[in-house]
Amino acid sequence: MKTTKDKVKEVVHHHKHKPERLIEILHDLQDKYLWLSREILAQVGEELGLPYTKVYGVASFYSFFNLEPVGQFNILFSDNITDRHQGSIHYATQLKKELWVEEGHSPFDDLVSIGTTSCTGMCDQGPALLVNQIPITHLDSDRIKEIARLILAKKPLHEWPQDWFKVENNIYRKGPLLNCELEPGSSLRIAKNLGATKALEHLSQSQLRGRGGAGFPTATKWKSCRNAPLLKGQGRVIVCNADEGEPGTFKDRVLLDHKADLLIEGMTLAAQIVGAKYGFIYLRNEYKYLKPKLESALVQRRSAGLLGHKANPELVPDGFDIEIRLGAGAYVCGEETALIESLEGKRGTPRIRPPFPVTFGYLGQPTVVNNVETFCCSVLAIANGADSFKSFGTQTSSGTKLISVSGDCTRPGIYEFGFGTSVSEILTACGAQHANCVQIGGPCGITLNLEEFNRRIGFEDLPTAGSFMVFDKTRNVFEIARQFTHFFAHESCGFCTPCRVGSHILSDSMNKLARGYGSKIDLKEIQELSHLLQKSSHCGLGQAICKPILDTIHKFPQDYQPLIKHDEFNPAFDLDSSLSQARQLTHRQDENAHLEQLNSFSVSRIKSGESI
Amino acid sequence: MSSNNSNESSTLFIDGKSVPFTNGQTILDAALASDLYIPHLCFNPKFKPHGSCRVCLVNVNGHSSCACTTPASPNAVVESDTTALNHDRRVLVQMLFTEGNHFCPSCEKSGDCSLQTTAYELGMVSPHFSPNFPIREVDASHPEMLIDHNRCIFCSLCVRASREIDCKNIFGLSERGAKTKLTVNSPTGRLGDTDFSSNDFAANICPVGAIIHKGVGFTNPIGQRTHDLSIHHTQSLDAEDA
Repeated sequence: MKTTKDKVKEVVHHHKHKPERLIEILHDLQDKYLWLSREILAQVGEELGLPYTKVYGVASFYSFFNLEPVGQFNILFSDNITDRHQGSIHYATQLKKELWVEEGHSPFDDLVSIGTTSCTGMCDQGPALLVNQIPITHLDSDRIKEIARLILAKKPLHEWPQDWFKVENNIYRKGPLLNCELEPGSSLRIAKNLGATKALEHLSQSQLRGRGGAGFPTATKWKSCRNAPLLKGQGRVIVCNADEGEPGTFKDRVLLDHKADLLIEGMTLAAQIVGAKYGFIYLRNEYKYLKPKLESALVQRRSAGLLGHKANPELVPDGFDIEIRLGAGAYVCGEETALIESLEGKRGTPRIRPPFPVTFGYLGQPTVVNNVETFCCSVLAIANGADSFKSFGTQTSSGTKLISVSGDCTRPGIYEFGFGTSVSEILTACGAQHANCVQIGGPCGITLNLEEFNRRIGFEDLPTAGSFMVFDKTRNVFEIARQFTHFFAHESCGFCTPCRVGSHILSDSMNKLARGYGSKIDLKEIQELSHLLQKSSHCGLGQAICKPILDTIHKFPQDYQPLIKHDEFNPAFDLDSSLSQARQLTHRQDENAHLEQLNSFSVSRIKSGESI
Repeated sequence: MSSNNSNESSTLFIDGKSVPFTNGQTILDAALASDLYIPHLCFNPKFKPHGSCRVCLVNVNGHSSCACTTPASPNAVVESDTTALNHDRRVLVQMLFTEGNHFCPSCEKSGDCSLQTTAYELGMVSPHFSPNFPIREVDASHPEMLIDHNRCIFCSLCVRASREIDCKNIFGLSERGAKTKLTVNSPTGRLGDTDFSSNDFAANICPVGAIIHKGVGFTNPIGQRTHDLSIHHTQSLDAEDA
């Protein structure tokens, strides 16, 4: 029987004692022990030559690492707004009741833990949960009952009905990307014949821009990486950002499942053009179930001579190969420099830019980081030519875009549309006749009201990574913005003051409005603070917190109006009822034992520095 | 045009004043070298810029940016001492005050504290936001030093000093977001079980009263402390709308 110490040694050895593989090491150990004790973390530090604070700092940064004991069945309900609208909170309560779980823990011998996690990317088949990191979709009361029964019977997951774990692709509209049936290696051969410079020109002519939302020209990124100087012993690196964490986005999940070979081809194409030795797919932990399928796609490419050290050196220079690395639950790692930090086995704190990853990325090496869809599109742009690629889309936004539609519609799923498609066309396609509000690009994107449905998807109007959440008239838009604010506060990395502190102040203020204590002053303060976070935060996360708040205040004033119950400042709690315990203890009910909420007179006294 | 010659000096403008700089300097480096003060908390010239407190917020050619992380560039027009920016900085400082438990009258660091001084400079008269009153520990296990987590502002200066200068790696940041905390590298998590010394660089770098020396309380009387004697005066302040 191996001791924990031996097991840690073995795992660290398996990962070649490389500190940059810390997150992989922690995953392996958690798979074995369900949670990571102080003893395990200290031992990992010893084996890797890292201080304990560093190992603990990393482990405690990521949501999926359990630093306290968890149940044998660890259940996390997906907590996107679409899951909530589909009843996730109700089902979580039901499951807790069925299993006698309080405060997330079960009285039955650590049998089960129940909690929540940020959007798991199953919005088109929600509400969803993860059980031991494997998704179960389409939850309903019967399924919850059945889950409770299986847990109480301690049935291992492989004895659960396997159709529960089926994740559908729900593709409703295909275009050149989803229809692509290119022979593996074809874009590599074309690029080889063109030569890197010409290939970059073709890519540039295609006007392909990054599909992760920011829309940076792909050819410019690849060219900068190719031209970046290398220090001794360095190589160039290709990273695929498959950390699809933006709530409401799931098109990368479908590409990874349905077009894995195309993605690998795109990464290899980038490697050929920039001259890279190795690459990573940074896969969000929520999509861990896709890892075996991706691994086999890599094996297939290797045996076809299109990847790895045995590949045709004409097409695949330097034996370019790809490794899959798992994230561990941190939305901020979708930001490319935070992602690189995570790949290096660190806390996912976004770096100061410049330098940019193209000159100083993974372990200080020139690195291309692109979204899954961008790599897939690059293959199309090279293989079919720039003109064919540009035949879809608009002047400034060429090609097509995968849209992940969820929310109040009859056909939630994946739609491939040319850029320039209007919101109303997409709403018609997905069967959302009663849409009242659409959130484009996730919480960090844009909120649209009815009057804006003629606006168009594209970098010139509505840039998006693909999230498209539809809400009908029954949904309170203030509540949607409040949930988004909580999401950001939960996902803030805590590095910079405005995001770490400001996100919580905003959450509290939104809660204050929801509880009926709000005044006009609160609304004004929320807006002022939002603007400050936008200009002073270190990275895009902090800068985005304000977006749903400002957009919804502006576009859905009717959902805020009923919450503004006071003209003057009002405390966030009921002063009088806070005194009830003191009254009980002192047996007092006289007039002086009661307090009125502050009125404008007492506010002016506070302002002038008097005590009450 | 920017030059690659590292010795060549150029000029930028801070609040209309022409400020020379050499390549590689940040806006804050250039400002401090010219005796121009820009409020800051997490910056220390001994270390690479961190950019976490965000108090050195300036406008560079019309865009918001941090002076400590933005490279100086020729002819850049930097706004720093303006009513609007000092207002924003004050709000950031108020956030730090409400995030932890900061009670200046009972704090030994009072008068030597950068957070307190910056608040004075920026005309802060109240914490403005609802206090967070977090429950945080005091670690008095070390014979010479004390950690009062109530006052930590997560600037990482001790982390960096212990790692880069003392080569001891005694501190680290852990958790995430609002739960972020300073952790100590010892089996018990207590400072007393490390080889930390009061002579360490990390023992003398905390800008607030989170890491303080024992046994020297109030040897230096209030009124004669660092910031009592030299306080920077920001020009452009509005009356705080507390």
